[in-house]
Amino acid sequence: MLYNEPSPLETRVLSFRFGLPNSATLDTYLATRGYEAFRKAAGMKPEEIIEQVKISNLRGRGGAGFPTGMKWSFVPRTSPKPKYIVVNADESEPGTCKDRVLMENDPHQLIEGCLIAGLAVDAHAGYIYIRGEYRYLIEVMDKAIAEAYEKGWLGKNIQGTGFDFDLYTHSGAGAYECGEESALLESLEGKRGIPRIRPPFPAVVGAFQCPTVLNNVETYCAVPAILRDGGAAFAALGVPKAGGTKMTCLTGHVNKPGVYELRLGFPVKQMIEEVGGGIRQGRKLKAFIPGGSSCPVLTAKEVEGATMDYDSMAQRKSMLGSGGVIIMDEETCMVKAALRIMRFYAHESCGWCIPCREGTTWLRKILTRFHAGGGTRSDIDLIGDLSRNMLGRTFCPLGDAAAMPTLSIVEKFRGEFEDHLNGKPCPFERAGEMVTA
Amino acid sequence: MPDLVKLTIDGKAVQAAPGTLVIDAAKMAGIEIPAFCYYEGLTLQAACRMCLVEVEKMPKMMTACTLPVAEGMVVRTETPQVAQARKYTLEFLLTNHPLDCPVCDKGGECELQDMVFRYGAGESRYTEEKVHTPEKQFSPVVFFDAPRCILCFRCVRICNEGMGVGALGVIYRGVLSEIAPNHGDHLECDECGACIDICPVGALTSGIYRYQTRPWEMQHVGAICTHCGDGCKTTLGVRNNRIIRGNNRDHSGINGEFLCIKGRYAFDFYDHPERLQAPLVRKNGKLEEVSWSEALDTVANRFNQIRADGGTFGVIGSNHTTNEENFYLRKFAREVLATPHIDHHRTGDVTALVDALSGKTGRMATVADLYNRKAVLVLGADLAREHPLLSFQIRANYRHHQAHVYAVTPGPVREDKYAVASVRVASGGYFAALEDLRARLKAEPELVIVFDDSFKGPDVHRLVEFGESLGIPVRYICLVDYSNSRGALDMGLVPGEGGMRLDEMLAADLSALWVVGANPFKGTPGVPGSVARKARFLVVQDLFLTETAEQADVVLPAASAYEKSGTVTNTTGEVQRLKRAINTMGAKPDLEIMGFIARQMGAAGALGPWVPETVFAEIRRTVHGYDIPLPEIDTGGAAPTTPVNGRVTEAGGPRPDLIRSDHNGLFASGTLGRYSKVLNSVLEGRLDR
Amino acid sequence: MTFSPQLEARFDKLLKSYPPGRQRSAMIPMLMYAQDELGSVTDELVDEVARRVGVTPLQVNEVLSYYSMLHRKPLGKYHVQVCTNISCLLCDGDKLWEHACKKLGIGHKEVTADGQISLEEVECMGACSWAPAIQVNYDFEHFVTPEKLDQILDGLRKKA
Repeated sequence: MLYNEPSPLETRVLSFRFGLPNSATLDTYLATRGYEAFRKAAGMKPEEIIEQVKISNLRGRGGAGFPTGMKWSFVPRTSPKPKYIVVNADESEPGTCKDRVLMENDPHQLIEGCLIAGLAVDAHAGYIYIRGEYRYLIEVMDKAIAEAYEKGWLGKNIQGTGFDFDLYTHSGAGAYECGEESALLESLEGKRGIPRIRPPFPAVVGAFQCPTVLNNVETYCAVPAILRDGGAAFAALGVPKAGGTKMTCLTGHVNKPGVYELRLGFPVKQMIEEVGGGIRQGRKLKAFIPGGSSCPVLTAKEVEGATMDYDSMAQRKSMLGSGGVIIMDEETCMVKAALRIMRFYAHESCGWCIPCREGTTWLRKILTRFHAGGGTRSDIDLIGDLSRNMLGRTFCPLGDAAAMPTLSIVEKFRGEFEDHLNGKPCPFERAGEMVTA
Repeated sequence: MPDLVKLTIDGKAVQAAPGTLVIDAAKMAGIEIPAFCYYEGLTLQAACRMCLVEVEKMPKMMTACTLPVAEGMVVRTETPQVAQARKYTLEFLLTNHPLDCPVCDKGGECELQDMVFRYGAGESRYTEEKVHTPEKQFSPVVFFDAPRCILCFRCVRICNEGMGVGALGVIYRGVLSEIAPNHGDHLECDECGACIDICPVGALTSGIYRYQTRPWEMQHVGAICTHCGDGCKTTLGVRNNRIIRGNNRDHSGINGEFLCIKGRYAFDFYDHPERLQAPLVRKNGKLEEVSWSEALDTVANRFNQIRADGGTFGVIGSNHTTNEENFYLRKFAREVLATPHIDHHRTGDVTALVDALSGKTGRMATVADLYNRKAVLVLGADLAREHPLLSFQIRANYRHHQAHVYAVTPGPVREDKYAVASVRVASGGYFAALEDLRARLKAEPELVIVFDDSFKGPDVHRLVEFGESLGIPVRYICLVDYSNSRGALDMGLVPGEGGMRLDEMLAADLSALWVVGANPFKGTPGVPGSVARKARFLVVQDLFLTETAEQADVVLPAASAYEKSGTVTNTTGEVQRLKRAINTMGAKPDLEIMGFIARQMGAAGALGPWVPETVFAEIRRTVHGYDIPLPEIDTGGAAPTTPVNGRVTEAGGPRPDLIRSDHNGLFASGTLGRYSKVLNSVLEGRLDR
Repeated sequence: MTFSPQLEARFDKLLKSYPPGRQRSAMIPMLMYAQDELGSVTDELVDEVARRVGVTPLQVNEVLSYYSMLHRKPLGKYHVQVCTNISCLLCDGDKLWEHACKKLGIGHKEVTADGQISLEEVECMGACSWAPAIQVNYDFEHFVTPEKLDQILDGLRKKA
């Protein structure tokens, strides 16, 4: 099911089956070049598969953007231990809802991606770790997996290729931190979602202490297209160092929010104006978050001329992230935004390391007081200072994820903090009024 | 030996073995890198972030506690960035940590205080409300104050990894994360208190010690635990002649960081209300308090009278008294009382082991061997309950060196969790089980065999034959029950030629029976009621009015191990010094009592001075294997003894049937255990007796 | 402890889904599905799951208390979860939350007196492009206006 109208500006590589009748069924999948890539890959050497993925310039779609082919090549294929494929379907980055539609509308694409990854690293079992809130997607995936087993696309000797592969879904239970790959593995093993000390990285010591390929749903979903049409074709869709398309979630103050598949390097301005139908109520853009609430916030001026790709965002000292675009108009209170973001990270901090555990809570308390009019001028500096001293010092990236948006907001929108001083009510508060969606 | 890795820390050239962590390499070079969560021997956490250091060519600061040394690595631990990170981490920690240091038990020996003093900021910028949650009592001995907890997870790890118990965990997440006990609101565990010792702050506190004193008001006296035979050092905190706490925070002694509930808390029998304060003499059938001089006169006169009448003396010694006292008692019995009837309650057949090993050297294993040797075979004993230090050592050996552990026991034991083989045997089935393991044991490079009183007499010889037939180096430990069981045997508290054994003495028509620190009339375990005395005159030296003392004609109140000096020998034959921690009113050390009796009898000259040091000098001269280096034990160490290397025969032949262990669990300790408030207060004691 | 045949079948399948000796992996999914059937994670359930996956009850407690979707206290028959995280907030998810509280007369993690409906202010649930969003048990509702919320809640009351 689609929750928003597609846009003609999309480049539909991963989402081309969306909207087809019974798009989640094996019949539809097979009728639309489904499992073609697997058949092709089954006839290739593992290193050839990995080479195609490298050529495609596919980068991890979960947020970190690590080159996928390289990640796969780190798996010691010759290790006597079993290897595992793990799918990160713990989509929890605020602003992000793309894996949901990928699994809901085209579950077999994900299964095929897992199979190809299995061929590439000699893995014969996979786990799809799906966040607990996506219960209905566990059912969708289970149904597709059952269908695949029934028709010989999973299990022993798949389609006579001699390749065995088992695939399972695994439910999370509500923890953003489990989106971090090593915390996800802990959770998969029935433990608290606390990240692991790295190195070793999951490619070498991952699920059940065995070598593991761990990628985001969207990353695996890109693999069939890469193998089917060749890595070069995929690479050509994007920009020089990042191939393909990005499932992009437009959220916040746009007229046509939704999930759209856009080629990497898509201009931000066109994305907001044409894909998203412009800012609501004809207002102006105030702030822009490129890929989930962990990314540093960009001002309207900063995103001028920007494109949706890793380098363009890095040049602006932000990140492409997960594809969760958050658009804030001129009526947005940035103090409130900073507070809400920090509330989230304080709630989701696993509690393992001191700077994140204590820092997020302290910042949440300051921002709560501040937004309520109890702030002082020195608090503004303190917010920045504490954020800076969390950056790069925490056990896992969650500390950075909390610090980066906060720091960028307090630095770029200092004036709004000053407007909240001296017991003044929030200048943007529209009590009781609710904008109809 | 692999080549050492060369690196630079703060400009100093440092060499370290490959795999060494930067934090340890720095320590070796005299550079302290602060840390809360890092704790040698436990799993790594990288949680507290105090040990962040700068490393050249690395973009971010690295945790020195997880970073192995690398050739050419350049580490800086005192840069402005590092200093700032430490300052902020401490500021973060202090946001919710209550500043109740003036009333906190840990004040003065708190790692957080020390860190803030060295690395912290002068003032906090935290002005938000602190979250207070009430203190929780996890058990009679463990209290938990959540706001003070800095979540270093040391307690969780020592309980899980060190003790093999896993009674503490972490619940909730983020800033709400909290240490939790295994049974909802309370602990069911060994009650060892290791979690309290390892806590860097005052989050976990001791039910016995809390709010009693400030640490600096105490004197710290290294004593040896007087309960089981393992011989743990316990550092007693003493103020105004009172023992306030026991711990081993300096990790000295053979036990390192280990102590069980007995070593940490069960010193508390010393001020039990029933403790004898004055000598008692039976008058008109009732025991009445008398002066020391009257009591000593009564004993000395009667002893002299019996000597003059040619009567028969029986002497029963103790498993708890010092080597000096045992030595002096034996000498007294043999030379002054001229009796061969002397014995003590024997709990393990060390004699048979020494005899079986005749002609072989270096075959008695030490406590350290259990940590260092590649394989350990446990026979019979439930070590975690009866010899917790030995169990701890084996567990640490497994964790750190992947030692192979074999457990051949009648019931499930804690070693099962990591043993390469666990075998359940009925009594009599041991040798069949050993034969089944023969091939695997033969393949081990070396072995330590630990056995309890399941092996006695000929079985010990057979066991040694089995061990010797493996063709690998084998060392042995014969388990004995109490703090100086081994010393009692070594000092010769055994019958001489024609002498009666303990059980025979109880039944014999003796002119006098002298019982020092033992309770032989208590009767056999499981059989209700005590044994009635037969001896015509009964003298008892003890701390309490035991079943034996109740029947005495004269009861002489004795000092406990913590109230006297001397030496004791543990189950592995290692000698350690006891230092007097407190003075007593009323009671006297057994050595002194015996000396006074000798003096009153006019026999002191034959026995020499009743000064521990003098007696020990004589022991070193005359007792085989006790010529141990004094500096070793005078500095708080343990010196292994070398037993007689030749056939050892027992007068009257071996009587393995008289050897029986009490198999005290963690919450029992023979007669002494009955007077410990703590041992009797914990829930597990009632479950586990 | 006995469960429905469906849940038992699910447990069986879960316990077979992981490599040998890794049954602990089944713990979190087992707790989730059992909670759905029992209404909350009871002490009895903790012991039972601990037994089945071969860990101590404390280890189960450590895990379950970490995850925000596992509840020790019973929730309403219909658990209404309102997202107020950033994307929903920008679409007045916070006002929607206040509206829900006022309408039901209960607050965060509270249950109506009849035990039918409970409320929870939740973090991002993955419906950001269709904000503001709520979940009733596991069912998503997108583009929720106060009026739509009223209808949903009234509908739940009727069902209850």
